[in-house]
Amino acid sequence: MDLTPWDKVKLARMPIRPTGLDYIELIFKGFVELHGDRLYREDRAIVGGIGFFNDLPVTIIAQQKGRNTKENISRNFSMPHPEGYRKALRLMKQAEKFNRPVICFIDTPGAFCGIGAEERGQGEAIATNLAEMMMLRTPIISVVISEGGSGGALALGVADKIYMLENAIYSILSPEGFASILYKDASKAETAANDMKLTAQDLYQFGIIDGIIKEPAGGAHNDFEYVTLQVKDAIGADLKELMTLSVDEMLEKRYQKFRNI
Amino acid sequence: MSRNLFKAKQYATTKVYRSRPQELRGSEEDKPNVPQGIMTKCPGCGKLIYTKLLIKSHKTCECGYCFRVSANERLEMILDEDTFVEMDHQLTTRDPLNFPGYADKLVKTQTQTGLVDGLVTGRGLICGYPTYIGVMDASFFMGSMGTAIGEKLCRMYEKATHERLPVIVFTASGGARMQEGIFSLMQMAKVSAAVAKHSQAGLLYITVLTDPTTGGVTASFAMLGDIILAEPGALIGFAGPRVIEQTIGQKLPEGFQRAEFLLEHGFVDKIVTRDKLKNTLGSLLKLHKKHEYDVTYN
Ligand SMILES: [Zn+2]
Repeated sequence: MDLTPWDKVKLARMPIRPTGLDYIELIFKGFVELHGDRLYREDRAIVGGIGFFNDLPVTIIAQQKGRNTKENISRNFSMPHPEGYRKALRLMKQAEKFNRPVICFIDTPGAFCGIGAEERGQGEAIATNLAEMMMLRTPIISVVISEGGSGGALALGVADKIYMLENAIYSILSPEGFASILYKDASKAETAANDMKLTAQDLYQFGIIDGIIKEPAGGAHNDFEYVTLQVKDAIGADLKELMTLSVDEMLEKRYQKFRNI
Repeated sequence: MSRNLFKAKQYATTKVYRSRPQELRGSEEDKPNVPQGIMTKCPGCGKLIYTKLLIKSHKTCECGYCFRVSANERLEMILDEDTFVEMDHQLTTRDPLNFPGYADKLVKTQTQTGLVDGLVTGRGLICGYPTYIGVMDASFFMGSMGTAIGEKLCRMYEKATHERLPVIVFTASGGARMQEGIFSLMQMAKVSAAVAKHSQAGLLYITVLTDPTTGGVTASFAMLGDIILAEPGALIGFAGPRVIEQTIGQKLPEGFQRAEFLLEHGFVDKIVTRDKLKNTLGSLLKLHKKHEYDVTYN
């Protein structure tokens, strides 16, 4: 049975769906979380740190939804402030220094819209990540696990390889926001979801993502191990491939990947 | 595999709306952002101003209010006369999502504005110094960035990198072109990549943020300038003020997200009034001109 784009939007937002930390726990060993952007404060909407992928040290960065209401509030429903993106960039530069690949898990409705976020330069923070990730001299792999909302998602999405889970969505804006801008009616979100072409299948067809991670019937939470094994396989195969390239070759490929969109 | 079909470029070219060179200098009756009457009311102070006087004063009111200007008017204000050579004039979008109603609306807007999309790019001189220049036009789909603007920008940065020339971009944008969905989002990464390459080559990039600069444009090439200038009073931000008010459920303070606010918070180098803009850019280009060091230090 085929799910509609709107079914997928609802599925991607289910509270029971595995979050960034769940992936980190199952895929990596010895994860050490590192906090703060060294400039303003710690943003709990993004989790970052170092761990082992098999025997290889890697840097992991994940947008993190809460697994209950209380955690969700402390993580700002996975809507990062500028300091979250700056922490992510700090850890990526650290990864570059120590030749560690970077693995990103994307799951956000979007970058946070608020007074503090604007005062501290949300636009500047995202822009800087886009430019710096493009030039980062170490492999980057990004996986959209649930929601990939707007520039807030893209700021962890400039990568050599990009995956989406089968029922994940990735879009310019939430269907609700899109409907209210284009149809002047937020309740037309379902129509918007159809018109926007935001599913993993759409993006794969467009050549924007490199692969789709299959989910069990009903969604990733029904057999999470099955999902993580595929993610692990994809990361393993990609790292093997990327590490055969010289850094300059890899960067040129990364550039062309986006240049041709 | 069907997937390869979509690897084709998402833009196409059109020959329909080719502008003639004389249009670049702009005619008195072709000023879309100032009403056609003899008098114009200033939204800043409410005074009535002679329209002719307003055009002579760089479309700035005595109170400092900057009326929006078209891309062609901007080029006329900034570049040395008869030095502009436009690039990729005919480049337009291919409507990558096949979005309902978009193709028709595009043609209508192209006819109305005389523009092919919301950005003019090219090469010219400012105070005698050669530079690449891109100017966005907010009258075209709110200056929103889709694949055409992304592609035109990239070609300009790449050409400037190849020819070792600076780039100046005037931003004016409501954000992403919604009708191009994920393709529009990806332009942010694509353009930032071209900016980064230009920067890595040690070349100068100046952005001038004009009213309004928001969304995906702010969160990509607008904020990546080596030097970021802004026009007085320009609205500059990531999220639009209405979205923020809805999100936090409170009114925003006076002056929030205006150029002066960004200067105060450290995100803009300098606010420049229109009468000084050309000379300021000229000075900055001069300051970055490659020196013959043996001459300079001997
Ligand atoms: Zn006035």
